[in-house]
Order: sequence, then C-alpha cells, then structure tokens
Amino acid sequence: MGIMDPAKAAPIPPGTDQDAILRAVGDEITNRGFVIAKADKLFNWARSGSLWPMTFGLACCAVEMMHSAASRYDMDRYGMLFRPSPRQSDVMIVAGTLTNKMAPALRRVYDQMPEPRWVLSMGSCANGGGYYHYSYAVVRGCDRIVPVDVYVPGCPPTAEALIYGLLQLQKKIRRTATIARS
Amino acid sequence: MTENHGSDLPAGGEKETALLAMADHIADVVDKMLVSCAVVRGEIELRVNPADVPQVLTLLRGDRQAAFNQLIDLTAVDYPERESRFDMVYLLLSMDNNRRMRLVAAVAAGQVVPSVTGLFMAANWAEREVWDMFGIFFAGHPDLRRLLTDYGFEGHPLRKDFPLTGHVEVRYDDNQRRVVNGPVHLVQEFRDFDFLSPWEGMQTQIAEKPAGDDAEQKG
Repeated sequence: MGIMDPAKAAPIPPGTDQDAILRAVGDEITNRGFVIAKADKLFNWARSGSLWPMTFGLACCAVEMMHSAASRYDMDRYGMLFRPSPRQSDVMIVAGTLTNKMAPALRRVYDQMPEPRWVLSMGSCANGGGYYHYSYAVVRGCDRIVPVDVYVPGCPPTAEALIYGLLQLQKKIRRTATIARS
Repeated sequence: MTENHGSDLPAGGEKETALLAMADHIADVVDKMLVSCAVVRGEIELRVNPADVPQVLTLLRGDRQAAFNQLIDLTAVDYPERESRFDMVYLLLSMDNNRRMRLVAAVAAGQVVPSVTGLFMAANWAEREVWDMFGIFFAGHPDLRRLLTDYGFEGHPLRKDFPLTGHVEVRYDDNQRRVVNGPVHLVQEFRDFDFLSPWEGMQTQIAEKPAGDDAEQKG
C-alpha cells in the first residue's frame, strides 16, 4: 500500500518526503506512545494485509495456485498464507471445475468461514463452466453456489494472473466502508 | 483356424503364427460357450454370451497355456441401433505370455450380467462404474451403488440417448439454505463446429449433394 498522499490519493515514492513522514510518525510514537488513525482504514489495512486463503483446489487451476504460493511468486509477501481449515481463512479461491457432486461440499466450506469473507473464482470452469459448460455433471459457474468477489479469467490463469486478482481483491477490501454509519 | 483381421504383424511370420495358435487354443478351451473368436487389430477378440462370462474367465485364468490371470479393465460400449445394444468388454492380460485379449459379450437393455467380483477383486468398482454410466445390472455384486455421478442422480450418462447437458442443474437456494436441483436452463444452446471430427463428423455424404449446392449456400 505504501504511504499515501491524501491530497493526490497517490503513493509517495521512497525518498526525503517519505522519510519525513515516517520520522514524524516515529517521533509521535516515542513522544506520546500512540498514533491516531481512522478505524475503518485501519481495519481494512489489517484485513487486506493478511488475506488467508482457504486451500480449495479442484482441478488443474490448483497447480497454478500452488505456483503462486511457491517461492517464485511467493504469496507470503502479501501476507497470504494458505490455511487448511475454513475456520481460519478469510478468502476462498475456487480453483478449478466445480461439479454437481462437489457443490454442497463447497457451500459447506464457505458457510464455515467466519465473516468477513471473500471468494475469488479462478479460471474458466469456476467462472462459468468453461470447457464443461454443457456437461451434465458440472456447475455452470461457482457464483450459482457462493457469492463471488473477483473473477480471474484464463484456462488456467497464470500464477501472475491469480496474484493480480488477489491484489484487486485487496483494492476492493480497502475501498469498503467497514463501519456502518446511520 | 482363426482368421486375422488387421494385425500389423507380418503375415505368415513367427509372431502371427503364435498369435493365431493361441486364438485357436482359446477357442478350444472355451469350447461350446464360444460365439466367435478372431484376431482383431492384433489382439484376440473372443465373443461369448453374457451368462457364460464368469465361467469363461475362470477357464482363461486357470488354463496353464493361456494364463490370462489379470483383469486390466472392464467396460461397456453402447450401440443403440442394435437389438442387444450394449457390448460388455473385459480386457485381459497374460503376464506369462506377454499377451492381451478382449472378451466381449453382447447385452440387451435390462439384461442381467453375472458379476465377476468373485474372480477378480478389480472388477468391483469397474462394475459399479458400468452400472452408473450404462445401467447394466450385475447379479451377485456385493455393493452395486453409483460410483461417479451425484447422489440421487437419475439416468445413465454414457448411454447414447442421454442428453449431453442432462436433466438437472444445481444452485444454492437462499431460502432453504442448501444446494438444490432444478431443471436445466441453458442461455445458449450447444453448438458444435467440429464438422470433420472422426468421431461424429462426415455422417452425411458430401459427394451425393448436387453440384449447384455450394453456389446456393454462398448466395
């Protein structure tokens, strides 16, 4: 996310300007012991900075998902760690063909995830059935089973594409107002 | 003497002679249960009646010379135009002779086939799959449930008269809070552009069309 310039709504590049702000914040913590920030901005910063995806690989897309988690692209850089349990995860990556028989299991896993939760649909099959659109055994898009936040196209999408989709999800989370105002 | 249809072995060679000798031997072993025996595409193809399948497999497995003691796979083929519409196919391997063969039995719709799970453990799930996909019932199977399709699925998808998109599709119902089945609704009908597919293309005779046909289509 970097340090944002509120006037221009753009990140401030590393250099003397950025150093000045960081030093000011550092001084404030040393002098007063706390800093003041907007609560919903803080929540969104925390949520988007530690998106823990549910490990839910269904087909070949799962291999690209593994690539994006492995050392070359390394999702850990964004604080994304794959979790083996839906109760510990924030985001579900539907990676692959969702069949009719798997649909209730997918919904159950989604229902077990705590709020707030997001779903990323990865690849043609999860987006709309893809190659198997006319099959008798395949769900024509996983959005018939769970609400989807981000669709990543491709068959399969590359690891870069998946990471791009996850960064888009981060963006989406950041512009959400988390505190309801009357 | 068994006939050879389309083996790529040199005719009259040592290997072809051995293959035909084995085919003759198998025909002798099976004896009265034999419907036909031939070498098709370089492999022995033995045809019997479905009721005789377990006995024939026992003979082929027990015979010292043939020794077809491994069941590689068991499946079915649908020919809807035939009176006995299915072919049950058993693929066998003889490790001793480094030789494979097919055992084929024509099965009518609704006809019961005796299970071979007592002879080959490998047949268990294969027969479940054939039951699931073709609806061929196996008598004496210990646990004949559907194997691949959804729970509560109706129909047998690999039958040629089963529609490609099936009869039901699933969606999540917000009121019932569960995944429910509903009738298929396709936004766009299935279109097939692969006119030259070796599997389903070229069924109409292009040569028989009148010569002016192309020009009319262009106009």
